[in-house]
Amino acid sequence: MEGLLNALNNFLLIGLPYIAIVVFLVGSIHRYRVTKFKFSSLSSQFLEGKKLFWGSVPFHWGMLVLFFGHLSAFLIPRSVLLWNSHPVRLIVIEVSAFIFAIAVLIGLINLFVRRTSNDRIRVVTNKMDIIIEVILILQVITGIWIAYNFRWGSSWFASVLTPYLWSIFKLQPDIAAVSALPWVIRLHIAGAYVIVLLIPFSRLVHFLVPPINYFWRPYQLVYWNWGRKQVRNPGIPWSIKRPKNN
Amino acid sequence: MNVRSQVSMMFHLDKCIGCHTCSIACKNIWTDRKGAEYQWWNNVETKPGTGYPTKWEDQEIYKGGWEKKGRRIDLKGAGKRKGLVNIFHNPNLPVIDDYYEPFTYKYLDLVESPARSDQPTARPISLITGKPIDIKMGPNWDDDLSGTPDFARKDPNLKALSPAEQEAMFQLERMAFFYLPRICNHCLNPACVASCPSGAIYKRGEDGVVLINQEVCRAWRMCVTACPYKKSYYNWHTGKSEKCILCYPRIESGMAPACMHSCVGRIRYLGVVLYDADRIEYAASVDEEDLIQAQLDMILDPNDPKVIKAAKENGIADSTIRAAQDSPTYKFVKEWGLALPLHAEFRTLPMLFYVPPLLPVMASLSEKDQSGQSEKLDPISKFWDDGWLYDTSTEELWGSIDKARFPLEYMASMFGAGDTEIVKDKLKKLMAVRIHRRRVTVGDIDDKKADQVLADVGLTAKMAEDIYYLTSLAKFDDRFVIPAAHREQAIEMLEFTGDERGSSGFGFKEKPARGL
Ligand code: SF4
Ligand code: SF4
Repeated sequence: MEGLLNALNNFLLIGLPYIAIVVFLVGSIHRYRVTKFKFSSLSSQFLEGKKLFWGSVPFHWGMLVLFFGHLSAFLIPRSVLLWNSHPVRLIVIEVSAFIFAIAVLIGLINLFVRRTSNDRIRVVTNKMDIIIEVILILQVITGIWIAYNFRWGSSWFASVLTPYLWSIFKLQPDIAAVSALPWVIRLHIAGAYVIVLLIPFSRLVHFLVPPINYFWRPYQLVYWNWGRKQVRNPGIPWSIKRPKNN
Repeated sequence: MNVRSQVSMMFHLDKCIGCHTCSIACKNIWTDRKGAEYQWWNNVETKPGTGYPTKWEDQEIYKGGWEKKGRRIDLKGAGKRKGLVNIFHNPNLPVIDDYYEPFTYKYLDLVESPARSDQPTARPISLITGKPIDIKMGPNWDDDLSGTPDFARKDPNLKALSPAEQEAMFQLERMAFFYLPRICNHCLNPACVASCPSGAIYKRGEDGVVLINQEVCRAWRMCVTACPYKKSYYNWHTGKSEKCILCYPRIESGMAPACMHSCVGRIRYLGVVLYDADRIEYAASVDEEDLIQAQLDMILDPNDPKVIKAAKENGIADSTIRAAQDSPTYKFVKEWGLALPLHAEFRTLPMLFYVPPLLPVMASLSEKDQSGQSEKLDPISKFWDDGWLYDTSTEELWGSIDKARFPLEYMASMFGAGDTEIVKDKLKKLMAVRIHRRRVTVGDIDDKKADQVLADVGLTAKMAEDIYYLTSLAKFDDRFVIPAAHREQAIEMLEFTGDERGSSGFGFKEKPARGL
């Protein structure tokens, strides 16, 4: 029993992340290079716009906040701990994260209902859409559960999970501290890896191509297929007669 | 001066018979696919009418195009800020019901029905869900329905008219309508390009065709909102936006776009215009009443040596310059000043121009008593000899345009950015050409009067003849002057052709057995 549990921990906390990262990298790059046409957010707003609002908006904005929250605990744990050293600030961050998580959950449920109940949307739904939605719902539920039952996640994430995650990236996985965490936390971690793993196989790819460039590019784009200035070489006699092509 | 060339179109609305051949030609080639069934890159609307998608001209609803803010312009419903804030749910996106739900009929039911006492029917089914639907809307549902409460009276252009004028317009005896064929305008200041967060839409430098790169589009669907003409469509199946490509594969090989080639009324003309790209921003941002003039001023005279020199410096091929000199669009738009852009107030600088229709305006010249006219009609020549139908005295003529049965304000709302004078000017010219031709063919108008009429509108007899020729007799090559694409040169910019030598034509698919 003990051995089995160890193996499971090893798989979920060491094996899975490496599989996920490799598949994610190879899969996404391959998909971007070979099947670029399939890189799309596959918006279905055109078929149904009203219910989408109550799903997509809370989900996406909530998700953005949660994603960057997790990311900052991973990248700048010390600043997070410093911020949290003051109880009021800790409570503010925890409560707002909790609210955004609830928003994500509500959004996801609305999206799920819309996707499965609307005839038109069902036509543009594939299995992967459903799988992703279910996994995301489970992931948010475990997240909310953790936030509620194991308080001050922003602090213990920074002090326990961040070293573990870094150990994965440094190729010296150290799961001693993490394997002692309650099972739902480990489930949440494993869920995250599964999501990363599925990115290249699902519509989640659109998250890799946010239109950041739009901020600084000029509004109008004009492309020449051939260098129009070089092409006119006076050495080449071109017909000055009317083109004979019609 | 930064000279660029644009393949620009001109539609002569007096000639359109509303047959929809153009739409079908386009549909057969480009949009007969899943997810694109509802898309009509070319569509023909009856005006007054609500159009496709319903009330597309009403930017209070659709928030398309540019709006002036202070001295600058910004996108009305999209753009850097609005577009990115609304990226997860675009509040200004039309949904498929604003166009129509595409449908077909279960024709097989007619064939496979078992023997019954009643006739089998083919039920309509949705092309999206495959389920039976009640058809509520189609791409040309307002066809010929002038005066109807659901369509014609909801035309957004009627805002320019007072309620009394609207009532008068829809009186049964005065009712008129005309057709408005529409494709993408391949604008000089395209709102679709500016709104695309991914940068998937671009204008081709060589010929100005506006295209969507299908590999870069990510379904942020802002172009659908931003195009005020609603000519960028979202393919709900592929998750990519699509739009009219001006049949660029045909243009590159010297053929006219399919809609233009097939046009039964021969209303369509296509040719190059040279324009000054440095003036785009200025022309798009001037006050509303100056918009049309500013746009026309951008178009350069292809016979002016200075323009030719600057064009050559910019690498525009001699053949393109030559095509610009022969361009029917240039003649109609600039030389003769007969054509106007549609809804210039959207500020995209559309490069499809329309000759506004004279016929619905003049169809009844006066409010004379019309009873008994049918008895007076000569049964053989079908001609009234009492001068009733065509009153050709010029004062009454110009007056009749003012008191036209089809209010000028309505035309001005579409073609004049609200300015009736500019539309009137075009209509007068059209009328003057008719009078001139009547002098030539019927001979009941004396020369002095006809010349006076022409002089009034700034035309000469020679110009009137040219207009008449290009309007009525023009052959295929006169209507479509397509510049050579010079693919042979273009390819050299992309690859070294020496690499490809010997790779086409006859050859060996495998190495010959003796290992040569
Ligand atoms: S008509 Fe619309 S789609 Fe076409 S170029 Fe202009 S803005 Fe873009
Ligand atoms: S084919 Fe020509 S005449 Fe017929 S509807 Fe189209 S534009 Fe009008």
